[in-house]
Amino acid sequence: MGEDPAEGLSAALRVEALEQLLAERGLVDRAVLDGLISRYENDVGPLNGARVVARAWTDPGYRSRLLADGTAAVAELGFSGPQGEHLVVVENGPGIHHVVVCTLCSCYPWPVLGLPPSWYKDPAYRARVVREPRTVLAEMGLQLSKDTRIRVWDSSSEVRYLVLPQRPPGTSGFSEEQLAALVTRDSMVGVALPGTPA
Amino acid sequence: MDGVADLGGRHGWGRVPVPGPEPVFAEPWQGRAFALGALAARLSGTNLDAFRHALERLNPLDYLADGYFGRWARATELLLVDSGVLAPGAVTARSANLRGDVRPEPAPPQPCKPDYASTSPGSLREVTTAARFAVGDRVRTRDLRPAGHTRLAGYLRRRTGIIEALRPGAVLPDTHAHFRGENAQHVYAVVFESRELWGAEAEEFQITADLFEDYLEAAGG
Repeated sequence: MGEDPAEGLSAALRVEALEQLLAERGLVDRAVLDGLISRYENDVGPLNGARVVARAWTDPGYRSRLLADGTAAVAELGFSGPQGEHLVVVENGPGIHHVVVCTLCSCYPWPVLGLPPSWYKDPAYRARVVREPRTVLAEMGLQLSKDTRIRVWDSSSEVRYLVLPQRPPGTSGFSEEQLAALVTRDSMVGVALPGTPA
Repeated sequence: MDGVADLGGRHGWGRVPVPGPEPVFAEPWQGRAFALGALAARLSGTNLDAFRHALERLNPLDYLADGYFGRWARATELLLVDSGVLAPGAVTARSANLRGDVRPEPAPPQPCKPDYASTSPGSLREVTTAARFAVGDRVRTRDLRPAGHTRLAGYLRRRTGIIEALRPGAVLPDTHAHFRGENAQHVYAVVFESRELWGAEAEEFQITADLFEDYLEAAGG
């Protein structure tokens, strides 16, 4: 227990050692590791989710399909993969605000949002947002009015959640691309609102 | 298990970091740890539930020391040692040698992967038995306190809620993580009132968790 902090071996050294031990026996292919890293650095991220949200804001039929079967509607735009076996989309509206967490680990809808940001994985977020969400959201910069009800979703099975934020005011006539640019990662987890037009 | 990972409702963690722009991997080793973790189940002959259980089995100091990607690397190592792919102490010895120490390294052990094979990809399964509960039913979570893996968080034990949706059937992590069968079963979205969980002084809100049928019993009323 605690052997390495005492030895001063950094995580970077340990990971290098782990990779080396596996690679020199042919158990992992470094090109495969590079590919995975590149995929989640460049291809799979919140821009996917922003496209889903912008489509739902502009296409009522798509919005209905998204709320009825998130997995299928997201796949219509070409997004699927690990941590996306069953996606449920929850819609914010006047008087109702949704926020997503995984208290037990850091489950997150990878195909639409990529890998989770550091605050989502932080013990403080995991511990507190299921206990005092209004306080936590305010600390994170989102002040909700008193009469807005809060729904918290704890991702405790393989179901993954995406928040469909409310379309910002002043965006009528915006194209899907213009709208997607307003959709932030944090607004799709429920700890922020989407941006507003400049 | 009642381990370090079961964080819901725990006090003492301080403020949540204010969100801001950040790279996917702040340091190169984090990307390597992620990629190795993504392959951990396959390399060790185990599964995703075993990986999550490996995370929560880590010593709490190790769990917290290097954040999310640090624990992914530790959990990967743990599964590989359990399966006889790596010798205990091999990673520590190699890390020290990379630093410039001169240490003997243990030889690779005899593999002892679990007697495990998935019945199909992923975690979702068709469940042919009738669902025990229906939307609108009042249910109570059971008083489960296994030393092994479960996805019934401690803060949701012995609490009453309402079934608000049926989810697709899925393998039961509690047995699947330990290679004791998939036990595919119904999963329910159960909604709880905050004051049922945290007492009369709690903020008013509702929380939904997706819970396996084995976690639930009828609440009556």
